[in-house]
Amino acid sequence: MTEAKEPTLVVEGLKTHFFTEAGVVKSVDGVDLSVDRGEILGLVGESGSGKSVTGFSILGLIDQPGRIVGGSVRLNGEELTTASPKRLRSLRGDRIAMIFQDPMMTLNPVLKIETQMVETILAHRKVSHAEARATARDALGRVGIPSPEERLDSYPHQFSGGMRQRVAIAIALLHGPDLIIADEPTTALDVTIQAQILSEVQALCRETGTALIWITHDLAIISGLADRVAVMYAGRIVETGSIAEVVANPRHPYTHGLIGSVPSRNRRGTRLTQIPGMTPSFLALPPGCAFAPRCPRATEQCTAMPELAPCPSASHLARCFHPMPEGAAS
Amino acid sequence: MTAQAPAAAAAKTTPVISVRGIDMVFLKKQPGVVDKTAKRLGIARPEPVGVHALDGVDLDVFKGEVVGLVGESGCGKSTLGRVIAGILAPTAGTLRFHGREFDEMSPQERYRAKVAVQMIFQDPFASLNPRKRVAEIIGEAPLVHGLVPRNELSGYVDEIMLKCGIDPAYKQRFPHQFSGGQRQRIGIARALAVKPQFLVCDESVAALDVSIQAQVINLFMDLRRDFDLTYLFISHDLGVVEHIADRVVIMYLGRVVETAPTAELFANPRHPYTQALLANMPRISTEKQTFGQIKGEIPSPLHPPAGCHFHPRCPFAFDRCAAERPRLITKSAGISAACHLLEESSR
Ligand SMILES: Nc1ncnc2c1ncn2[C@@H]1O[C@H](COP(=O)(O)OP(=O)(O)OP(=O)(O)O)[C@@H](O)[C@H]1O
Ligand SMILES: Nc1ncnc2c1ncn2[C@@H]1O[C@H](COP(=O)(O)OP(=O)(O)OP(=O)(O)O)[C@@H](O)[C@H]1O
Ligand code: SF4
Ligand code: SF4
Ligand SMILES: [Mg+2]
Ligand SMILES: [Mg+2]
Repeated sequence: MTEAKEPTLVVEGLKTHFFTEAGVVKSVDGVDLSVDRGEILGLVGESGSGKSVTGFSILGLIDQPGRIVGGSVRLNGEELTTASPKRLRSLRGDRIAMIFQDPMMTLNPVLKIETQMVETILAHRKVSHAEARATARDALGRVGIPSPEERLDSYPHQFSGGMRQRVAIAIALLHGPDLIIADEPTTALDVTIQAQILSEVQALCRETGTALIWITHDLAIISGLADRVAVMYAGRIVETGSIAEVVANPRHPYTHGLIGSVPSRNRRGTRLTQIPGMTPSFLALPPGCAFAPRCPRATEQCTAMPELAPCPSASHLARCFHPMPEGAAS
Repeated sequence: MTAQAPAAAAAKTTPVISVRGIDMVFLKKQPGVVDKTAKRLGIARPEPVGVHALDGVDLDVFKGEVVGLVGESGCGKSTLGRVIAGILAPTAGTLRFHGREFDEMSPQERYRAKVAVQMIFQDPFASLNPRKRVAEIIGEAPLVHGLVPRNELSGYVDEIMLKCGIDPAYKQRFPHQFSGGQRQRIGIARALAVKPQFLVCDESVAALDVSIQAQVINLFMDLRRDFDLTYLFISHDLGVVEHIADRVVIMYLGRVVETAPTAELFANPRHPYTQALLANMPRISTEKQTFGQIKGEIPSPLHPPAGCHFHPRCPFAFDRCAAERPRLITKSAGISAACHLLEESSR
């Protein structure tokens, strides 16, 4: 008990595979992550790179034909990959919560907000109905819902998309969880509403010390919101580090290309840097580095699998045999 | 009152597209499932008369320009795009093509104008017929419009596919056999095949991954050069618009609130709503961003606030704002905004 305490969440070598008729889809194939109290980790990658499957795996929500086939997920030191379904159920909604792109994944359309929130509270706490209602009201107030007392008696469809997402966030925060996994929760929202939610989430994590994993395809959001970022490509983390390290000094050629292709980074009217080719299919991955067919720096060596290695500091890691030279950001 | 590109105004060119005083009112729809459920539960809201999707919109687009149309969900961008593409007849207002009013055109003239203005839709999958092969999807319209004789069609389709970066070897495939980015290219190829002068691109890169989005934006810029095209580029993504547009038009709840050359608009936004949008636009940087300076919800277009639609959220609102609609006033050549503050300061 003398060792430094482990971060809130530690994921090591996580592998989640789907056993489909067409073949084994290795959606998550050796993912390492960690996130600590009050910290925001951005998990970024393009469509199909395995971000959501990573999130669902952490929560123990992988269904047939999928299965966690390897690795470890530890929350406050407790191993979750081998935990019983009952234990996982009691952790979800209490110690870990998830926020989805579509808030209706969390909300039931035919129940009043009050009913849904009070039920969630009573499922994990032995309190009176009145106490639960008061907790629910305070939670709505915290995420910026005006007149929360009256709003408790509304149905989800009486809210706008942004308000519904706030309610879903309020539910996720009900028990002051240790970890929240947010999967593209603002992707469907407008710029000004997204900004309100980002600012509230940022403040809440700071106040409550909740660790947050924010999943998105939008590097710009991550750079403004998170402390650290992990870049995912074809089921693996290819680069991770602090925002400052990765944005100012991307070392993996994919991250470098990704940052270069964001329009606002480029001079108006000039051609955007484009990554050639398409995101690969999991059923036809090349041997070794999955980015090789699109990579301008690929060599013979890249038919082997590179490790996630310090690049150059221990906090900035990249999975590449020939990382970009330092200071290569455009 | 209408913003004109400074160069074009000086040359007194006729805009390719010019709309004046466009109103679009959608009368109340058939109740949807949600409304029906709500009604059964006895919590239905008062029935609205209609949605004022466009409220007195004026816009000119000059030859060779890329005009970016920006605004949040439901502000009327797609509706304006559809009116300009001739797909939707407005409730009121006029639409001119090269100075000729649509309603005064002969049937042939109108037909030619409609072919000359093409629209590319947001969802490349929903807008492509899943049972047709790519060759037919691209070749159908030029054949129908008599633009290309049948014996030259195959070569013509190959040429368009190559231009759009799709391998002609794939022309016998069906849409579902392509990736999202490739399907968007097929949609672009289909629109280009009728040799249009003007493209309305409605959220044409929104559904694409960043690396693929960059490919399609580059394609739009190449095609503009090669075919001398003019664009109305609709997007909620300010970064994309900043990159591609020469001029930007900002809409809020059915009205144009500001228009300016792109560099000017981003450097010096005049309307408080534009200022809020720019401040909250996520940008790649090594430092944390302060989000959320603007409070409140986007009001329902069914019950827009009186006066200036932005007044309930505007940090600078004063009594006049709730009472009176601000006019779009020209501050200097090509720059205009609809805000009482600007009117007061120019007095
Ligand atoms: N139930 C399933 N059966 C088979 N394959 C699956 C299943 N669920 C996910 N996958 C595959 O796993 C891969 C990763 O999916 P995931 O949803 O994690 O991607 P993502 O990074 O979240 O993408 P997006 O940005 O589009 O949400 C995809 O190729 C997907 O097709
Ligand atoms: N066919 C229709 N019938 C009824 N109402 C409509 C119709 N089309 C659009 N509307 C309404 O008109 C308003 C403007 O819609 P429009 O689709 O033009 O918005 P938009 O700016 O394109 O939004 P988004 O960014 O979500 O695409 C909305 O309130 C919408 O609900
Ligand atoms: S390992 Fe090789 S192919 Fe993979 S990113 Fe690095 S240089 Fe490119
Ligand atoms: S008119 Fe008034 S409410 Fe509207 S933007 Fe200007 S100051 Fe704000
Ligand atoms: Mg996902
Ligand atoms: Mg639209």
